[in-house]
Amino acid sequence: MFAAGTPVRVKDAWPEASGPVHIRTPHYVRGVVGEVVRHLGDFPNPEDLAFARPAESRPLYHVRFRKGAIWPEAKPDDELLIEIFEHWLERP
Amino acid sequence: MNILETDGERLLVAVRTLLERKGIVSTAEVMERMAITDAASPGQGARMVARAWVDPKYRDLMLEDGAKAAEALGIPMRGMPPLGVLENTAEVHNLVVCTLCSCYPRAVLGYPPFWYKSAAFRARAIRDPRELLASEWKTVVPDTIKLRVVDSTADYRWMVLPMRPPGTDGWDEARLTAIVREGDMIGVTVPAV
Amino acid sequence: MDKEVQRAHHDLGGASKFMCEPVDIEPHAPTGFDREVDALRQMLAAKKLMTVDELRRGIEAIPEAEYHRLSYYQRWIRSITDTLLRHGVITETELRAALEGS
Repeated sequence: MFAAGTPVRVKDAWPEASGPVHIRTPHYVRGVVGEVVRHLGDFPNPEDLAFARPAESRPLYHVRFRKGAIWPEAKPDDELLIEIFEHWLERP
Repeated sequence: MNILETDGERLLVAVRTLLERKGIVSTAEVMERMAITDAASPGQGARMVARAWVDPKYRDLMLEDGAKAAEALGIPMRGMPPLGVLENTAEVHNLVVCTLCSCYPRAVLGYPPFWYKSAAFRARAIRDPRELLASEWKTVVPDTIKLRVVDSTADYRWMVLPMRPPGTDGWDEARLTAIVREGDMIGVTVPAV
Repeated sequence: MDKEVQRAHHDLGGASKFMCEPVDIEPHAPTGFDREVDALRQMLAAKKLMTVDELRRGIEAIPEAEYHRLSYYQRWIRSITDTLLRHGVITETELRAALEGS
């Protein structure tokens, strides 16, 4: 579990490159470092639900990113806030 | 031809007929569900916003647990995803988008508007939100305010609690409710009088 | 940019090809077809015959050109039908017969 304020990196993984998948981690945030805002609860893994497979509950976090870390062109200090499952997060 | 490429209207009729014949989903059930869905509208979210503007305790509840706050006003939330509420302040303006599909706080705002589901909104809101809001909605977020874009990617649904506009002192809840629009609760516009 | 090349076609955040496309902000009320598809999807979920995640998977499986050509609820009915066929709730033979009868 990640506490609020913990820096995290979104895994730079591309499962869509190797066959049909359903993932809820947008492409633009992969490999980017952000900060956990809070744990939103545990929810069944949509990657399994989408294929009607048994789905384990996984922790879901609200993670904050500096916009400049992804698109530096305008107002880099603006912020993105995204729901990301724990299995997509690692320590930077 | 792949059968899934059949025109959508014809697919719907055929699927409905089969499900009815098999006793899986009846027409009456679909009609009843349509009526329930049609009953959700931005007016419900607007009631929550107006209550939060006049009642600090309600505002706290709304920010803590949007679903409980909705239920407290008689808005049905059973079976609905959790509802999170993001507050606009003098420091931050929130904008909600779903870049992967079109997740929307339907329980409190009703059907998502056409623009919310468009590829252009989904692409532009996350990458160049200030330009998007200014060019399409004439909403200018001052440089001194941080713009926070919320990508609704998973199990929550998100709505914005806008700031109460100046010039509304002494207004009652009903009058305040009437000035809150759909876009104010997604963050593309701000309430004005 | 690398990430853009690798993105799935429904994963639209920041997609360059749409950055200059205007947004139609006019209201378009949902049609009878739209509302019926929506209600049917809810009923199937309530009866545990498909999840919203399966709906999304089916939508994402629509080829890119079709995805952008179809209306929102046309994508939905296509995904719903796909999922019901996959689960054997209805068969392709039954569906063809029903389509011919309509």
